[in-house]
This record gives sequence, structure tokens and C-alpha cells, in this order.
Amino acid sequence: MRMQPNTRFDGRPVPEGAAATAIELSAASVTFGRGERAVPALSETTLRIADGEFVALVGPSGCGKSTILRLVSGLVQPTSGVVIVGGREVAARAMRVGMAFQNPTMLPWMTIERNIMLPLKIVEPFRSNFRRLRKTEFRDKANALLEQVGLKGFGNRYPWQLSGGMLQRANLCRALIHEPRMLLLDEPFGALDQFTREELWAILQTLWMTHKPTVLLVTHDLREAGFLASRICVMSARPGRILDDSRVDFARPRTVAMTFEPDFVALNQKLRAFIEDARSAAQQGAG
Amino acid sequence: MFGIDIRQKAWSAGLIVLFFVSWELFCLMTGMSDLVLPRPSQVFVTLVQRFPVLWPHIVQTLATTMFGFVLGVALGVALGAIIGVSRTAYDTCYPLLIGFSSIPKVAVVPIFVLWFGSGTVPAVLTALSICFFPIVVNIATGLATTEPELEDVLKALGASKLDILWNVGLPRTMPFFFASLKVAISYAFVGAVLSETVASNRGIGNVMMTASSNFNVPLVFAGLFVLAGLGVALYVVFSLIEGQVTGWATRKSDVIAT
Repeated sequence: MRMQPNTRFDGRPVPEGAAATAIELSAASVTFGRGERAVPALSETTLRIADGEFVALVGPSGCGKSTILRLVSGLVQPTSGVVIVGGREVAARAMRVGMAFQNPTMLPWMTIERNIMLPLKIVEPFRSNFRRLRKTEFRDKANALLEQVGLKGFGNRYPWQLSGGMLQRANLCRALIHEPRMLLLDEPFGALDQFTREELWAILQTLWMTHKPTVLLVTHDLREAGFLASRICVMSARPGRILDDSRVDFARPRTVAMTFEPDFVALNQKLRAFIEDARSAAQQGAG
Repeated sequence: MFGIDIRQKAWSAGLIVLFFVSWELFCLMTGMSDLVLPRPSQVFVTLVQRFPVLWPHIVQTLATTMFGFVLGVALGVALGAIIGVSRTAYDTCYPLLIGFSSIPKVAVVPIFVLWFGSGTVPAVLTALSICFFPIVVNIATGLATTEPELEDVLKALGASKLDILWNVGLPRTMPFFFASLKVAISYAFVGAVLSETVASNRGIGNVMMTASSNFNVPLVFAGLFVLAGLGVALYVVFSLIEGQVTGWATRKSDVIAT
């Protein structure tokens, strides 16, 4: 059973046996600039992600991980190859996915609640009802999400009254409020301290387990990838392509303690080796 | 925090009083001539006595300033918005704008006089040309510095350029805009007085010019006091408006203070 292109994610788990494809990249390449100054960012990448999967992209910096996110969200067009998201080719039109970056970019003149509701002002069908429902249904929706990330009662605070970790939680709420079927995260926890980061892993895991969106997470942190993802793709240095694609089958909900167990450490070391190889290959190529 | 605020204000007021008292004492002790530096008490007396004569000139200067200011703001906002929305327009127009802004505006007054005759028109134009630049720069900067990540988040949701401008660009520009209004009103005032001094028969600038050629030095200083008072008053008015409209931009520092 394939989901219709326009059906939004509705919060129910994906039906049994319905491994519908959410994201499909076929030999997708991206080159920035033209002629002599052309920079290849991604070379002939093929990647298929099923609905509801949690995929982490890891690799040396500048390897085109973020380019994949931008391809999927429709912010960048492939130079060659095809990108299919939600059953249709990514055109100039954006995909209405939820995105979150390292910088939470909350608007300082709005309360957290109103910041989180910002996507509802833009995405249909919420957009046409925004004036009518912003004080009732939409506000409740925002506060329900805030409660899920442990920010109950912070809705009417302003961003400057919250810590970095709290803002990042609000950022996750903003990415999820319009019930996207897809969540794209670009190093969302990169600027946080270790303890806050681990706390947010658990929160993101809970959000994913309850909402079941397809998640594509770009990260530098191999423990983060192992903790959160159901599948980890390792990318080579620029121009990026996928070197390794492995499933992560640890039971959920996963805990921070689990990240110190031998199986987890072994996975970590395997990934690390891939990235080390990719890095040294790139350095030899450059030298 | 309240106590600190009051004490700070008391110190500021004290410094102003000290300034005038030292000036008065300095003149008395050195036996300074009125023709060189009148005592502040003399200036105040002149100011009060001549106020009925000064009043129409004050009105003239204020009207010229406001007229030039309003035109400057309109022009500045329009140009700033055009430049700020597009990176290419920003890069293209910037050198020319810098060129215009670095011309000392005194040098432009004779040209305006040549075109429009002496009087109110060159004063308004000088005020306009001197005050519109900070507005252009601030509006353009406010629009151009929208976080690229936020823009990506919104574009990924399917937001149009207009959506982004309306929800993010314009509100984010407000603190820049009001900060620039404060600067612009002072500039417009300077421009108006400048032009009045060079080529007009009305306005405070002209009063001071005439008084100095008659060696009526206390009146020159009275004019100066009026200018200082008006300048401060205009600045305060726009600061208050700024605080009302864009309080969110300054709240952070308040939190640190508490």
C-alpha cells in the first residue's frame, strides 16, 4: 500500500508490510557552479529510504551530507539523476518537510508558542485556517508538542528566556508541528553539551516512536547515529557517495547506557574505520 | 535595578549642572568678555527675553527638519527594501551609495540654492539627503541578515519570498529601522540648520548667523542652546517610540541586569 503523494503523515504507524519508499535518489549528482569553478558536491548517489525509517548520514566534513538533505527538501535540484520524494519527483516546488538545523533560529519577537506555530502560517491546509484556529486548536497542538519534549508551560516565554538545549527542543517542535511525513535534521545537536545532547537523543527517539515520520539525520557524532538511527549510511569525502549502508538493530527505546555496550562500541569502531579511510583517501587525492 | 537606574540618572543630571556651573565660574574668574564667551546665565536671560522673536524661527527649523525627515524616511525605506531583498542589488548599489554618502553635505547646499533659490526648499533637500542614508543601510542590512537556516526551513515548507519577507524579514528589520530613525532625525536637523545658516532668511541657523555678524554673542549662544534642546527632544521622542515598538530587541540586556 503506497501512500498518496498528498496525504500527510497522520500519526498512525505504517501498516504491516507497507515498506513504501519515502525517498529515492537514483544516481543523483549535484555540482555547484559552472565551468572551471564547478565544485562537485555529490556524485551519482543512489539511496532508497522506506517510509518511517530513521536514517543517519555520517562522513567526513564537506562530503555532501547536507547536500542530500537539501536535495530531499527541494532546496537544491540534482544536476543529473533523479530524486523522488513521497512518490513524485522533486521539482522546483518545495516538499513541505520539517527541517531543523544546529542553529534553532527562533524569532526573538515571538513567544515560543507562536514560533512553533510559524509553519502553520505557511503550510496548507493549516494556512487558510490560521486566523480562526491559532488561539484554540493550533495553540493546543503546539502545547501538546511542547509537553512531549519537556517544555510544558514554556509556550508563552520568549526565546531569550530559554537555554540552548530548550531552544533546540522547541526547534524540533517547530519542525514537527505541521505533521510532516519527513523530518530532515542537519546536525541539530551539534552546538549542545554532551549531557544535554544525550537527553535530546532520548526526546527525539520518543518523538520518532510516537509520530513515526521518515527521518534523515546528518551528524558528526557516531554515538548519536548509533543511538537514534535504524540505518546508518557512511559517505566518502567530497564529492560524496555512499560507502557503507548498515542496519542498526538494537532494541528500542535505546538508552545512553547501551552506547557503552560491546556491540554498540563495535559498530562505532566499524563506522569510524570507514570514515578514517575516506579521510585519508581524500588527503592523498588532494596531495 | 530600579535603584541603580535612579542613581545613574542623578549622576547624569549632576554632570550637566556641574558643566554649566564650571562654565559660569570660569567666565567670572577670568573676567571673560561677553563677546568671546558669554556666561550661561546671560545666555538663559537672552533666551527668555528674545523667545517671542526666536519662536517663529524655531517653528521654521522644526518644520523644515520634519519635512526633510519624512521624505528621507519614505525614500530610504523604499530603497532599503529593494536593496535588501536581493543580494545582487545590494552588492551592485552599495558602492554608489557609499559614494553619495561620503560627500560632505555642506558642499551640496550651494547646488540646491543654485537650483531652487535660497530658503526652505534647499533646507528640506539638505535634510533629506543627509538623513536618508542611515535608513537605507539599516533597512537593507536588516533584510539581508535573515538567518539562512531559517530561510531554508521556511522554503522547505513551500514559503514564498513574500511569506518570508512578511513573517521574518520585515519584523526583523524593525529594530534596525527605529535605531536608524533616531540617527536620521538628528541628521535631518543638522542638515536643515546647515542649509539655513548658508542660505536662508529664516530659521535658527539664520538667526545665529545674523546675530554673530552683529556681535550679539549671547544670542548666538541662545540659538545654540535652542538647537541642543530641540535635538535632544527629537532624539528622546524617537527613542521612546523605538522602545515601545521593538522592546524585544533590547530585553536580553534587561535580563542580564536583573
